[in-house]
Amino acid sequence: MVAFLSLRDAVAECVRDGDTVAMEGFTHLIPFAAGHEVIRQGRRDLTLVRMTPDLMYDQMIGMGCARKLIFSWGGNPGVGSLHRLRDAVERGWPHPLELEEHSHAAMANAYAAGAAGMPCAIFRGYLGTDLPEYNPNIRFIECPFTGERLAAIPSIRPDVAIIHAQRADRQGNVLIEGIVGVQKEAVLAAKRALVTVEEIVDDLQAPSPNSVILPHWTITAIAEVPGGARPSYAHGYYKRDNAFYTAWDGISRDRDTFLAWMREHVLEAEPGSPLGWRV
Amino acid sequence: MEYTASEMMTIAAARALKDDDVCFVGIGLPSAACNLARLTHAPNLTLIYESGTIGARPDVLPLSIGDGELCETALTTVSVPEMFRYWLQGGRISVGFLGGAQIDRFGNINSTVIGDYRQPKVRLPGAGGATEIATHCGQIFVIMRHSLRAFVEKVDFMTSLGHGSGGDDRQRRGVTTAGPTLVVTDLCIMRPDPETKELTVVSLHEGVEPEQVQEQTGWPLRFAENLERTPPPTELELTALRDLQARTAKAHAATE
Repeated sequence: MVAFLSLRDAVAECVRDGDTVAMEGFTHLIPFAAGHEVIRQGRRDLTLVRMTPDLMYDQMIGMGCARKLIFSWGGNPGVGSLHRLRDAVERGWPHPLELEEHSHAAMANAYAAGAAGMPCAIFRGYLGTDLPEYNPNIRFIECPFTGERLAAIPSIRPDVAIIHAQRADRQGNVLIEGIVGVQKEAVLAAKRALVTVEEIVDDLQAPSPNSVILPHWTITAIAEVPGGARPSYAHGYYKRDNAFYTAWDGISRDRDTFLAWMREHVLEAEPGSPLGWRV
Repeated sequence: MEYTASEMMTIAAARALKDDDVCFVGIGLPSAACNLARLTHAPNLTLIYESGTIGARPDVLPLSIGDGELCETALTTVSVPEMFRYWLQGGRISVGFLGGAQIDRFGNINSTVIGDYRQPKVRLPGAGGATEIATHCGQIFVIMRHSLRAFVEKVDFMTSLGHGSGGDDRQRRGVTTAGPTLVVTDLCIMRPDPETKELTVVSLHEGVEPEQVQEQTGWPLRFAENLERTPPPTELELTALRDLQARTAKAHAATE
């Protein structure tokens, strides 16, 4: 049964030290407020899974939450590097970070395979690239029918998936609109699923019979967190704060500036505070 | 009208796209070129971004690959697994438009690391969609600024296959698509030699001499026998590009 909890209780209930955690949202609907609560609760040794680590994982890595990162594109979109990720990889600060690096096609297939209950994902990919040399989880198999050489990687089956969505109804059914990314797959692939939502409503008002809806019985906990995706965005609610994404480059370059920002805007902020993300 | 080398690059790249192309768009320089093509000579060009948006018609350039503007203006938005499985792997896309940190003489692209993978000098963002875009789209156009750091004899890391070690290496690796057929820089236009697949300068932008291109390239360059001059930007092209960039700068500076 889905539980309606505060953000603090939902994270405490769903995320444990050492977990494999997939926090998804492809540029859109990134669950920042939940990520900040994971940082405040001091979770450690997490294996963080995410196609595009984005600022949120940059913050979690810089605050020492992660032991390993499984990813396919680790930049600040349109701006440049993720400096905390780079500092961890290039200089081991605050501690070394193990990388398992894929392509987007591989990660997307691995989430879909996880949702389908498969042990691995099979697809046509990784042709000619050096990535398989450095990632033992990229292997190749022969198609039993045609003999074609195909790529295979383990499916993603996280301990917990965390996503942000537009709204839930009072039963706990969740509606996602806009760029839907891999959130549905991440939730269905995970053992536990935490969803933060902009609002909880009487009627979901799904715009189409084909709307992306996660039934309440696929979800462990829901927390109402308006603005919970900022500085990412929520289609129909608020826009992406591109100016903040640009400003993050300066904030995150230097360890002390980063730590001071995190202290003020995350560690000392109220869980789910809509001001927690601001410059 | 006066113009910059950067504007020439974006405009020359935009010209390569046709009205009936279905184009998988990388973020940054490729996105500017693709949208300029749509706003000038190719109004029916289909732009696909890896965030799942098919037929996006953004009024301003997105900062990220998943800005709301893309979804709001798209014909439809599909999930990311669907994008990579049905549309890209399924062979529905005619042109992939890529950038990168390094490119070598056979059009292989590195966007992963400078230096050794395990002890990198610079950790770059990584593959994203590029690895499979490079092998699954009908052909690949590349747009990159010319410099010795970027145009290297051999890439430090092969993120995206171009023509491998040249000749028919790409086919021998089991890839059936054409790979890089065009590289546009701020100095020139390059195409692979039909036989060896080595990138060859086919057109110099106005005011650029062959020595200048060689100075910024890390291998002994080949120039086509009938080397052309890239036609300079037209007033229409320049105005459309500058308007697009002005709208974009204004939109990205705004906070709510």
